[in-house]
Amino acid sequence: MTVREIAEKLNLRVFSGEAGLDREVTGGYVSDLLSDVMGFAKDGSVWVTLQTHKNVMAIATLKELAAVVIVKGFEPEEDAKEVSEEEGIPILGSTEQTFELTGRIYNLLSRG
Amino acid sequence: MRLEYDVTAGDFTRAGNASSAIKKTLKQLGVSPAVIKRVVVAVYEAEVNIVAHSYGGHITAEVAPEGISVVLADTGPGIPDVQKAMQKGFSTASKEVREMGFGAGMGLPNIQENADDLKIETEVGRGTTLTIYIKF
Repeated sequence: MTVREIAEKLNLRVFSGEAGLDREVTGGYVSDLLSDVMGFAKDGSVWVTLQTHKNVMAIATLKELAAVVIVKGFEPEEDAKEVSEEEGIPILGSTEQTFELTGRIYNLLSRG
Repeated sequence: MRLEYDVTAGDFTRAGNASSAIKKTLKQLGVSPAVIKRVVVAVYEAEVNIVAHSYGGHITAEVAPEGISVVLADTGPGIPDVQKAMQKGFSTASKEVREMGFGAGMGLPNIQENADDLKIETEVGRGTTLTIYIKF
């Protein structure tokens, strides 16, 4: 499943990084601790978080994640969006909380 | 091949730049993706530690055919108790740094788990030098 399909099916807002919407999503990771994601997220994952700053995109880039999804209606900072554009790693957004949103993403991915 | 980068204390907007540059070089050299992943985790964590805890530092990466050695030297407060610092969950990071999602006490353990060899030389009041070695 691609980032675009997840964004469309779950009605997520696309903040930046449209060029990366056709990236393949192979899994997900949920954490607001950056070193946790750094140490344990797998490449190709969507990362669900409430962090909104530029370092999120540094990690997404280094770990070759498929996309970042920001929860609870938070919006990414400008410099985070810039990195997202440069790297073609989309930042998506949802007004839902982490638990509900992650459940929906999980269901989509496990149905293939 | 030798790569060198300066790291500015407190500048989180540039944290990860050195790790990113080292990653690109290793990719160009055709190093295996599995090894690059380990280098990236270890060097990023050490780079962030310089930003978060020191007064500034310098990264020197030596790339040889058999592996990469990265020396991350900072001037700063040093680590009073290295054993304690290596424990998962132990952190001395400021509240501001923690709110960004750093400072969870996972950095040094992440480095240890991804390095084939890790040496920590530290002197309280002077600074800390990490030497990370990862085989290709």
